[in-house]
Amino acid sequence: MGLKVIVLAKQVPDTRNVGKDAMKADGTVNRAALPAIFNPEDLNALEQALRLKDRYPGTEVTILTMGPGRAADIIREGLFRGADDGYLLTDRAFAGSDTLATSYAISCAIKKMNGVDLIIAGRQAIDGDTAQVGPQVAEKLGLPQVTYAEEVLSVDKDKMVIKRRLERGVETVEMPLPGVITVNASAPDCRPRNAKLTMKFKHAKTITERQGEAEDYIDMTADRPYLNIAEMSVNDIDSDAKWLGLTGSPTKVKKIENVVFQAKESKRLTPSDEEIDELMKDLIANHTIG
Amino acid sequence: MANFFTDNPDLKFHLEHPLMKKIVALKERNFADKDKFDYAPMDFEDAMDSYEKTLDIVGEICGDIVAPNAESVDQEGPKIVNNEVVYAKGTQENLDALVKAGLMGITLPRKYDGLNFPIVPYIMAADIVSRADAGFVNIWGLQDCAETINEFADDDQKERYLKRVSHGETMAMDLTEPDAGSDLQAVQLKAELKDGKWVLNGVKRFITNGDGHIALVLARSEEGTQDGRGLSMFIYDRNDKAVIVRRLENKMGIKGSPTCELVFKDAPAELVGSRKMGLIKYVMALMNGARLGIGAQSVGVSESAYREALAYAKEREQFGKPIIQFPAVYEILATMKAKLDASRTLLYETSRYVDIYKTYMHISEERKLEKEERQEMKRYQKLADYFTPLLKGITSEYSNQLAYDAVQVHGGSGFMKDYPVERIYRDARITSIYEGTTQLQVVAAIRGVTTGGLLDRIREFEVMDLKPELHGYRRTLIGMTDEYERAVKAVVDVKDTEYLDFQARRLVEMAGNIVMGYLLLLDTQRDDKFRGSTDIIIKRGKAENHSKAGFIFNSTIDDLGFYKPGLEEA
Repeated sequence: MGLKVIVLAKQVPDTRNVGKDAMKADGTVNRAALPAIFNPEDLNALEQALRLKDRYPGTEVTILTMGPGRAADIIREGLFRGADDGYLLTDRAFAGSDTLATSYAISCAIKKMNGVDLIIAGRQAIDGDTAQVGPQVAEKLGLPQVTYAEEVLSVDKDKMVIKRRLERGVETVEMPLPGVITVNASAPDCRPRNAKLTMKFKHAKTITERQGEAEDYIDMTADRPYLNIAEMSVNDIDSDAKWLGLTGSPTKVKKIENVVFQAKESKRLTPSDEEIDELMKDLIANHTIG
Repeated sequence: MANFFTDNPDLKFHLEHPLMKKIVALKERNFADKDKFDYAPMDFEDAMDSYEKTLDIVGEICGDIVAPNAESVDQEGPKIVNNEVVYAKGTQENLDALVKAGLMGITLPRKYDGLNFPIVPYIMAADIVSRADAGFVNIWGLQDCAETINEFADDDQKERYLKRVSHGETMAMDLTEPDAGSDLQAVQLKAELKDGKWVLNGVKRFITNGDGHIALVLARSEEGTQDGRGLSMFIYDRNDKAVIVRRLENKMGIKGSPTCELVFKDAPAELVGSRKMGLIKYVMALMNGARLGIGAQSVGVSESAYREALAYAKEREQFGKPIIQFPAVYEILATMKAKLDASRTLLYETSRYVDIYKTYMHISEERKLEKEERQEMKRYQKLADYFTPLLKGITSEYSNQLAYDAVQVHGGSGFMKDYPVERIYRDARITSIYEGTTQLQVVAAIRGVTTGGLLDRIREFEVMDLKPELHGYRRTLIGMTDEYERAVKAVVDVKDTEYLDFQARRLVEMAGNIVMGYLLLLDTQRDDKFRGSTDIIIKRGKAENHSKAGFIFNSTIDDLGFYKPGLEEA
């Protein structure tokens, strides 16, 4: 039983180890100063998809990402780990999209793809922390959704059983297929890149990236269609311009502030049992833990 | 989120050595595989890019998984369950990650599902893995035993066993026995033909990863013989379940690596190559590969020791400033770095020699070599023979010195289990013992001294192109070479093998200091960042060699008597 699985992945600035220059003076993210990475929870999502592929031969895993041309890196990263192919949804018309416009564009793109049994996304992206795109895509496609998924326990012809990780426990639910799940960071880490797949797919490029490439490489891709990463523009999807990009985005950023922790908020302790005991009592009292 | 390849630019520097162009062209037979395999390179740049991307994966797995697991693996170690070895949890995680990433069978041909990489990038992967966990590299790195199958086994055996290695099965080389350690000619494990099939009976001891899937076993196939000429090489397949792991050694270091005592009970086995060639030919090849591997392990250990020491010295404050600001401490650190750089340049120089001659050897099975090719093969084989014991001896001793210094820089904290240097110190200790002790490396390397082979190579270095500011170093090295030549003559002229053995280590180390000086000088010619290490290694080498030469010039054969206090009772 092969499944058609689409993994929604996003290229994000690496906000985990930010330096002094991570933010610009105007309060926006300084993307140039931060390396662009595969959104961490989308890697958890990819791993779930690849496990389905391991378990059910014939399963096809497709990466779908929306972003600028360089986001093709995300598709290659997916191919290096075992994904079968990928689509880069890219157009100036999508620029400035908030989660609503993004999920609209993505759902329009999915409608253009050849059917799908399961859509898997990371719970949220580290640059926005909204956790909205996955659920919104499900709503727009009229599909059921399971959020905070940690593991796909079993798959039947038209349904699957999923373990969810919630704040205070674990829940096991059944979802009819096709459907959407969003995956938590508590799910297993993604497998490493595979050496042979990396060598096989390192020349995979979009048609835009291919421009100006040496001729023998262009000849090579003629024999190897898997090296072409599909690009989709606004012309390839059926969409209404008023729901796209900035116009389609009701979210308006009013102001962004840098929160700087003041020294007075820190406290120096000596590593004695008494001080540690005191600290634990304080933390329980102010509900930081417990 | 650490990457042990990209955080160390010295690796890329050595990967991009000018000789790689030749090595890649030979190894890829002018890129003949490019239309047959979707992961084969199109050209030189493509191949180098593939090595780099693959090493990037190794670096990431080592930084994110193997290194963080090292402490728990050291504490937990492997255990025996139902006569089989069960790895520590972290060891299994490490192995699973590397297997999933397709990092087994790295040097094997593509027709056996290998990556067909030269030795250089494989050894670089071993260098990286060793930095992350010196014990773990023993399990993963035993894949280089597959090279011996690839060289000497028949096509059917290659087809059946090599693919299994590429798919992630581990290996072992079962050589040592309770009474056959350094002296493998004494191996007693019995191989007999029963109904036309070989069976093995006996005991092997100190076998690293002894419960690996596929083992190469040295056994006595010729009844009544006593020496190395009665030994043959066999493949034992663990699926036959005819070997019991009787005991795991409780070791000082590399505790994650299972060191097994094995009992063979009518264990079915397959002969590799020809009878009686087991020790004489196949084990020699196996050991040369393994010694290169220990060179990589030693360099990786040195890298981790240096990094731990440097980080601590920058952070630790005494007398109001970081201790790295004190000359006594920064001298230690700079000397550690110099020895690390010297070890690494020797490692990759030797790997390149091995690459060239081994690839020619494989090509010679496909077609007749041209006259120049044959000459070149012989030349590089000789160089590999001279350099391999030199490498193993020097880098393993250096890794011990670096581990010692790393603990010293940590002061009292270094003596505690709280810091990784304590583990590194214990792990380093084995490198100068197994796969032939330093003393035995000297026995192998002294041939390069007495035949003049090493001297010839050293004299070739003298004509290298150098920037004007480096000419002074060359003059120093030429002076050291003249002194070395006189010292060799002084020893050889005595015409006594015991006296030669007595002075051998001094002569080998003198040659080593000169070779490392030249290699670092070549590195500095390519990148000025090695200037400091070059200066340190050459000046220290000059002083050391002078002292050794002085000892030799002041010695006579009669002195040997003073070194034999325990002999009378023996």
